[in-house]
Amino acid sequence: MSDRPPRPAVLASDRLPRPAVLAAVAVAAVLLAFPFYLDSFWLQTGLFAMSAAIGAIGLNLLTGATGQLSLGHAFFLAVGAYGYVYLASDGESRPGHELAGLGLPTPVAFLGAVLLAGAAGGLFSPIAGRLRGTYLGIASLALIFIGQHVLFNAEPLTGGFNGRDVPPLALPGVTFADSPELVVFNVPLGALERLWFLGLALLALAAWLARGILRGRPGRALNTIRDHEVAAAVLGVPVARYRAGVFVLSSMYAGAAGALLALVFRRTVPEYFGMFLSLDYLAMIVIGGLGTAAGAVAGAVFVTLLPQLLTRYSDGLPLVAAPGSGGVSPAEAARVLYGAAVVAVVLFLPGGLLGMWARLRAVRARRRAAPPHPGLDQKEQPA
Amino acid sequence: MSTFAELLVNGISMGSVYALIALGFVIIFRATEVVNFAHASLLLVGGYITAVLHDDVGFLLALAAGIAGAALVGAAVELLVLRRARVENHAVLAIVTIGVDIVLTTELTRQIGTEVLSLGDPWQSKVVNIGSVSIAQTRIAALLTAAALITVFLLAFRHTSWGLAMRTAAEDAETAALMGVRLTRVSLGAWAVAGALAAVAALFLTVFPTPGLDRATSFAAMKAFPAAILGGLDSTTGALAGGLIIGLTESLVTGYQGDLAFLGRGVGEVAPYLVMLAVLLVRPAGLFGTRELTRV
Repeated sequence: MSDRPPRPAVLASDRLPRPAVLAAVAVAAVLLAFPFYLDSFWLQTGLFAMSAAIGAIGLNLLTGATGQLSLGHAFFLAVGAYGYVYLASDGESRPGHELAGLGLPTPVAFLGAVLLAGAAGGLFSPIAGRLRGTYLGIASLALIFIGQHVLFNAEPLTGGFNGRDVPPLALPGVTFADSPELVVFNVPLGALERLWFLGLALLALAAWLARGILRGRPGRALNTIRDHEVAAAVLGVPVARYRAGVFVLSSMYAGAAGALLALVFRRTVPEYFGMFLSLDYLAMIVIGGLGTAAGAVAGAVFVTLLPQLLTRYSDGLPLVAAPGSGGVSPAEAARVLYGAAVVAVVLFLPGGLLGMWARLRAVRARRRAAPPHPGLDQKEQPA
Repeated sequence: MSTFAELLVNGISMGSVYALIALGFVIIFRATEVVNFAHASLLLVGGYITAVLHDDVGFLLALAAGIAGAALVGAAVELLVLRRARVENHAVLAIVTIGVDIVLTTELTRQIGTEVLSLGDPWQSKVVNIGSVSIAQTRIAALLTAAALITVFLLAFRHTSWGLAMRTAAEDAETAALMGVRLTRVSLGAWAVAGALAAVAALFLTVFPTPGLDRATSFAAMKAFPAAILGGLDSTTGALAGGLIIGLTESLVTGYQGDLAFLGRGVGEVAPYLVMLAVLLVRPAGLFGTRELTRV
């Protein structure tokens, strides 16, 4: 061990050593305990972060791992959110106010929303499969504008400008709403507390799937497409099919994120799913670290918490309900901060927050394993 | 028929403005292979400087200051950010420009606030009547200015040593560098020129019949993105053609949206993007873009 250069720290988690398992268990325990202690502001913020993390993992598969830029992520979030509402709610028809709905059981509607987002991604695949990298970025800009147009105009589906109410998810045995009271350990668990557990489960599932994909054969193929398209094609990777496939997959992640977000918001409004949301997601994956699930989660937490923290502590507003409603300037400050963070990360911290963490660990590991041959350290340095 | 003629002229005029923006976008892409998502904010910088200064120093000086300001900001972005970012992946460079865009746009929209700023142009809302067709003077000014600038630019691109340096750098950067082309200077120049063109475009995006410079101006500027990509990102001809197509589409669809009511309100805003998608379906590299062929 000591006469080999230490392995890059990113790979160190390949074989989970015992301390890492302990740490993971501890983190999970803390996360599961949060709903019993936090107030609803932090729960809601945490849920936004979880939903953003799911969406960011999807975007990281597309942009980080495959090098395909997408500005259309907000569109697929909207498909997920509105898809869930449409599938789950019963239609309403009052004069001058008609809302369509299928009234499916809510878990089915949730799955349906994810599939619907995937289908929307599939419809875009003739373009997603053929265009490379930044070209796709501009082309996907179209999705934002088309999406906004449809959200505002297809009133029977989306409720137009006013949006629509989101029916709460009801799994057998538990409804994710406040009404049937549920008290555990003397703590009443309302909608947000219950959704917290759902969010954690969904996030864990999303991260686990993405990790599997990235570490397995498809992940290698996607990375090869990013690094050298021709090499990938020569090695037998069907480039267009993989690009289209990863686009569909990332849309499904966005769909799940959107549906979860709708459940937290309890109401979907069209202007939320605009251009800025897409930019937020790109900022997340760059700040967190491109190409890994953990990086996406780190970036999502950073970008989601920043405006909330600023809002909370700049003017001391109690319990802000929705992001951005707590005065304009904290939100703007947050925006400038993370815009600058994107630039700073690329200039000074390649690899993002996750890369920084890995480097810190590598430094520590090197210090701990005192080198028997002092000359070895220099050889490690690339010329 | 006269409506049609008016829409046609307005469309061509708007198209030439989009072409100005798209041209800057294409220049940056050719010189540095960076897709510049901060282009709309460069435009906002130029427009804002002009709007703030025109009361004190007069329109022409203010416009010159706006052009210089946008060129400086463009050059600064290249010098301070992109030159220092050593990443292989071009998607990451594009995201860096998005970061720059977020910072600039947020700050400028905060400055502008809810106001609608006038740029103090001499044409205001005067109209020229030719037969039964009436056309705003601003539209004619836009068309003439854009056409003149584009001509000057294309001539410079073809006949000056600066243009030669740009073209060789785009063709093969390494060989160009070996032949003595200073690549850093080429990319700096590209960003500055793109900024200047965007500032001129800002003027014509905000004059009559548009109310003025406001928060929505950057969204209007974004229509240059479909213009650039549908013409082909690496083609100056493509930028011109793309700009005209987008301008005409927008003008005609907005003009006849009464007949297109089933598509919903404001379909003119979306039509450019639909056209872009339709073109990309048939020609993924754009109308005039070079099809990439790879020899292994």
